[in-house]
Amino acid sequence: MTQMTMIQAINNAMRIELDQDENVLVFGEDVAKNGGVFRATEGLYDAFGEDRVFDTPLAESGIGGLALGLALQNFRPVMEIQFFGFVFEAMDSIASQMARLRYRSGGVYHAPVTIRSPFGGGVKTPELHSDNLEGLFYECPGLKVVIPSNPYDAKGLLISAIRDNDPVLFLEHMKLYRSFREEVPEQAYTVEIGKAKVVREGTAVTLITYGAMVRATLKAAEQLGKEGIDAEIIDLRTISPLDTETITESVKKTGRAVVIQEAQKQAGIASHIIAEINDRALLYLDAPVGRVTSPDTIFPFAAAEDIWLPNETDIIQKTKETVAF
Amino acid sequence: MPAKNVEETQDQFAPYRILDEQGRLIREQEMPDLSDDDLKALMHRMVYTRIWDQRALSLNRQGRLGFYAPVAGQEASMLASEFAMEKDDWLLPSYRDVPQLVWHGLPLYMAFLYSRGHFKGGSFPENLKALMPQIIIAAQCTQATGIALGLKKRGKKNVAFTYFGDGATSQGDFYEALNFAGVFKVPAVFINQNNRFAISVPVEKQTAAQTLAQKAVAAGIHGIQVDGMDPLAVYAAAKDARERAVSGKGPTLIETLTYRYGPHTMAGDDPTRYRTKELTNEWEKKDPLVRFRIFLEGRGLWSAEDEENSVNTAKSDVAAALKEADQIPKQKVTDLLKNMYETPTAPIKEQLKIYEQKEGEAQ
Repeated sequence: MTQMTMIQAINNAMRIELDQDENVLVFGEDVAKNGGVFRATEGLYDAFGEDRVFDTPLAESGIGGLALGLALQNFRPVMEIQFFGFVFEAMDSIASQMARLRYRSGGVYHAPVTIRSPFGGGVKTPELHSDNLEGLFYECPGLKVVIPSNPYDAKGLLISAIRDNDPVLFLEHMKLYRSFREEVPEQAYTVEIGKAKVVREGTAVTLITYGAMVRATLKAAEQLGKEGIDAEIIDLRTISPLDTETITESVKKTGRAVVIQEAQKQAGIASHIIAEINDRALLYLDAPVGRVTSPDTIFPFAAAEDIWLPNETDIIQKTKETVAF
Repeated sequence: MPAKNVEETQDQFAPYRILDEQGRLIREQEMPDLSDDDLKALMHRMVYTRIWDQRALSLNRQGRLGFYAPVAGQEASMLASEFAMEKDDWLLPSYRDVPQLVWHGLPLYMAFLYSRGHFKGGSFPENLKALMPQIIIAAQCTQATGIALGLKKRGKKNVAFTYFGDGATSQGDFYEALNFAGVFKVPAVFINQNNRFAISVPVEKQTAAQTLAQKAVAAGIHGIQVDGMDPLAVYAAAKDARERAVSGKGPTLIETLTYRYGPHTMAGDDPTRYRTKELTNEWEKKDPLVRFRIFLEGRGLWSAEDEENSVNTAKSDVAAALKEADQIPKQKVTDLLKNMYETPTAPIKEQLKIYEQKEGEAQ
């Protein structure tokens, strides 16, 4: 076991996969000699050479097309989109091409591509770096969307993503990259895609969240506990496919739920989760399912992040409202 | 120093011709190395494809085929270039490039299933190195670059060929693909079939560039414009590009000057709204079949009997393929669900159960 930040755990996962499977290729803008703008790929170019870890021209759509083509030559591409706000340039290559390759070929071809990309607020980036766009990809059949909240999950989920034979979008919250360290095993291990985790057991209310909001929700739960509200917290870890089983089981137990996301109310996946709960556990609910989200504006100017992003106080307040309903 | 005059660039891209409109060899020394059998086979493919196109149009009108993009006029551009491919070269077609797919090894009945919208039309045989026709214009270009990079990394002496129209050269993916291909120096051949119209929009409204081949300059790669109604010139250009590619010299952009006699697609397009009869007549005089027929007849390689054989083979193959397509079982929702992921996800499993029950009840 070693203490690792999330970025180190991600780097470690890629190093392990590059080492154990010669078909794994890592590429994107500035990922080679530079080691990535966040050092996620640091040392990989030196260890594995330009054949395995290489820079590309500055064009996201081209990178996506390259990944699909390489996949058709039995490579296992791990492509990076420098910031997820730039994904619109690659939307066709991901949503219309990779995601449907298996289907449109009747299973003859498939795209074992992992798309890594940083996102998320709280670090005062310039425009279109931090946007929470995961909801767009939840709505794309053929894709899986993974969002880890800690170093241990990040490594295990990234190894699973790379080994998955279908395209996986792996979103890395920038605020979590170096904000804390955690014990992470040095050897390879996997965390199953599509499986949520109950990160705090409770009886009064189920708080369902993912990404950076997991930490905020854990802190909120501590405070709520002091006030006599025992919250259960689910870290989704994968947002597509949703682990509706874990969600439903918890909601049936607590009878109340709040969904917490960093994305705007009209975005993200909160509304989908609420619909699933309504479908599966309506008669167990003692209150409407609450949600904590950002407001429906464009992602804020850097200096306005603090008043815009959902925080502990918002989570505490909405949870109390739901419990008191 | 003043900027270089644009004319100087475009002058380097004058159309390459070997056979003139009367079927005469105008560049005898550049006659490609094709045996008599090869020449006959190429003519057979062009005649066959012309007939199949005529049949497809009428089958579409009868509702026995679905989506169809006519190809008459483009036989030299499509088939003489495909003729330069080796079996293990990869083909990435656009929605119009079904003939190349078939001559590269796709069973005709599968092409018909593709037209009708059946997943079996995309379930290519294992030994066919090709992707399904691409609907998103120019997406095939970036994918071809990726495949070509894969071939290079695997050390294979094979090439990725991709096809697209004049309108596609306005897409970002077109430039990105050429540019990536140049940077990685991959074995790819980009075949731009300039039939002068993207649905109703003439090529002059796509770009002020006088040739499309010169767009290769932006990527720093080799580019050539050829007479796309001249099968020998198209073949020679494609063969040369392939040889450059396998010998490590990188990608080539080939622009073929061609024309489609029919509508853009059979989905209600009416070309008389945007093209004059005179223009179409003018291009029909350049017909690739006519000039190649004269050329071959002059060499004693083609006869009325050969022509009739090709026509009859095409007709009977189309009829047989149609019959085969009719016999493929109808698609079920459970088929579609199963084709989504290697292992069905929880939501897919849930829906499989629902549709299995529905399909059970329907029987």
